[in-house]
Amino acid sequence: MAVSVRELRARIKSTESMKKITRAMELIAASRIIKAQQRANAAAPYARELTRAVSAVATYSNVDHPLTTEPEAPTRAAVLVVTSDRGLAGSYSSSVLKEAEGLVEKLKAEGKEVDLYVTGRKAEAFYKFRGRSVAQAWTGFSDRPDFEAAKEIGEKLIEVFVEGTEAEKAAAPGVDEVHVVYTRFITMMTQKPTAVRLLPLEVVEGTEAPAEGEVLPLYEFEPSAEAVLDSLLPQYVVSRIWFALLQAAASELAQRQKAMKSATDNADELIKKFTRVANQARQAGITQEISEIVGGVNALADAQAAND
Amino acid sequence: MTDALQVELVAADRVVWSGGATMVIARTVDGDVGVLRGHAPVLSALTEAVVEITPEEGTEVIATVDGGFLSVANDRVSILSEHVLLAHEIDLSQAEVELEEARRLLGTNNDAEKRIRRAEARIRAVEKAS
Repeated sequence: MAVSVRELRARIKSTESMKKITRAMELIAASRIIKAQQRANAAAPYARELTRAVSAVATYSNVDHPLTTEPEAPTRAAVLVVTSDRGLAGSYSSSVLKEAEGLVEKLKAEGKEVDLYVTGRKAEAFYKFRGRSVAQAWTGFSDRPDFEAAKEIGEKLIEVFVEGTEAEKAAAPGVDEVHVVYTRFITMMTQKPTAVRLLPLEVVEGTEAPAEGEVLPLYEFEPSAEAVLDSLLPQYVVSRIWFALLQAAASELAQRQKAMKSATDNADELIKKFTRVANQARQAGITQEISEIVGGVNALADAQAAND
Repeated sequence: MTDALQVELVAADRVVWSGGATMVIARTVDGDVGVLRGHAPVLSALTEAVVEITPEEGTEVIATVDGGFLSVANDRVSILSEHVLLAHEIDLSQAEVELEEARRLLGTNNDAEKRIRRAEARIRAVEKAS
């Protein structure tokens, strides 16, 4: 017998306490998802109105803005990778990172240099382990992002982007494109790592196109279309990043819940298996004891018979 | 409901106030603007200031915005700002401290002017509401 009953009992016990932990994590994630979804829903009106305003300006004025102009020969791109701070969320971070790697490969094949910007400790650790430099990392808010964080990231990305178009001659290391890789929350069961190009902006929104019959009114702009666009677009960019962060947070929690649920199920299986093996071992022990006793008694009886 | 403005006061992470109103006053970068029913469509940039909404029923809604936008079209008014605070959510003493601090930084910090405007707007909002 390989493992003694006592050892098996200890293993069952430790699996049970592990199960309790994973079960608790599952429940915590489940309750936080609802909050994360509410936050994502609460942020929707702002994004919707902002999109309306941006498409209004874009429709009725032919203003060229640095944030919407396509550079003629893009040579440098920034990629923002949104991952989690903590693990135990199944393949959440690794699938985002895989998507990001695919995008980086593609950009490199197009002859662009890539600057990495990451959020979440998992991505930071991933690139550090591979000895690749990260332009900037933001951590500490992956499952509860706040608007300030989105704003900080947005402003940084706009800064490096605008530098790239204005100071081309100065050869400043600005970027010509900004991409974001995050996990889109589709349903509780499905979350999809997605890569989108953030800058230069493609203002004509396919998703929120004005429905037929709803013609955008002829707006007046105060103080001027340029000035409005100038302050509108950065806010739009920030709102897109905010949206990505909220989606990523909801996805992270959903995946963590799923991972913890299967961990709990696996623990159940293990406990069942170990209990069976332990019972078998105990039974085998008893059988052996009985046969030893019977054997002993027989031996005694034989010895007595020989004496007589 | 049909003869009222449909107003939405939206912050980045929540809808602060929405409903029917008879008048909206906000401060754009060019000066104060009042919106009544039948106002021409307009899209303007706001500054850090107080926004006053006179609802159809009930007391006046007073809030502060940190920049953002006012868009008016077909009697729909949307006020968008990253941060919106209703008068009762403002901490008056904190705003006063902030104002002092921002005044000291004036000339040394680029954000100082903005912070002064924001703090002043908050104090004014509380005064107006009381």
